[in-house]
Amino acid sequence: MKFGVVIFPGSNCDHDTYHVVSKVVGQPVQFIWHQATTLDDCDVVILPGGFSYGDYLRCGALASLSPVMQSIKEFASRGGLVLGICNGFQILCEAGLLPGTLLRNRDLKFICDYSYIKVENNQGAFVNSYKVGDLLSLPIAHNEGNYFCTSDDLAMLKQENCILFRYCNKNGEVNDEANPNGSLENIAGITNKEKNVLGMMPHPERASEEILGSIDGRAIFYSLNLHMAEVDKKRR
Amino acid sequence: MKAKVYVTLKNGVLDPQGKAIHQAIKTIGYGSVADIRQGKYFEVALRDDISIADAQQEVSQLAQSILANPVIEDYKIEIES
Repeated sequence: MKFGVVIFPGSNCDHDTYHVVSKVVGQPVQFIWHQATTLDDCDVVILPGGFSYGDYLRCGALASLSPVMQSIKEFASRGGLVLGICNGFQILCEAGLLPGTLLRNRDLKFICDYSYIKVENNQGAFVNSYKVGDLLSLPIAHNEGNYFCTSDDLAMLKQENCILFRYCNKNGEVNDEANPNGSLENIAGITNKEKNVLGMMPHPERASEEILGSIDGRAIFYSLNLHMAEVDKKRR
Repeated sequence: MKAKVYVTLKNGVLDPQGKAIHQAIKTIGYGSVADIRQGKYFEVALRDDISIADAQQEVSQLAQSILANPVIEDYKIEIES
């Protein structure tokens, strides 16, 4: 399987993500420039963290208009796997591939810290290597991570089991005290209804090697591997 | 021709920046200010040879699809010929 990591002007987690896919997970990966109009033969496209277009207008708003996003929308509509991390999550929301949006953090502070994340659901390509209830320690680094959506969208997210990750405390309790940024219902990561597009504020690529303090994020990349192996088996 | 686009947060959407401004100005005495909501303002220069109706339509589309995020924001347009 092949990964693509998109580079927007202002992306800054592109090389970290590329490194984890190629060196930790050991899969082929290529960079995709934001002006690209094709995704070659990538099976998974990752929108990395950063500050695309300097966060001008709204975070992710200008990146969502890039030529590559048109290709990604078509790719996603055919069932292609798309992972948006941090700024990538913001871009996916602005592009309409995920419902809702990310507002300024409740306390108006840029947060750079580890946070505890509870796995709420392990269905689908991104999270099949986790167990429901797993407690992860993942870094967050954002100024606009306060997830918000309409009550209709929230009802849909719940009904379709689209909420994969919630902020919690070290005992796994999901409450307001453990909510770093004011996100609606402590939401840290969601998928679309079809489960092929995931957006998350925490950085799994920064928690994929022991030397960096946590390996709790790398199961996302391993899950994708497993999923694609299954897909390949069925194709044969 | 010029269009002015005002983008404001919808009612019910938390505006921590507006709240912070309100808190700060209260401390220096603006006691009659009950609340502040922060928004955005755009000046869009348009070609002079298009009709007001066309301008209205184009800027509405621009506001709806890009300048405002309809999940959280409303917009208001004023066209000046």
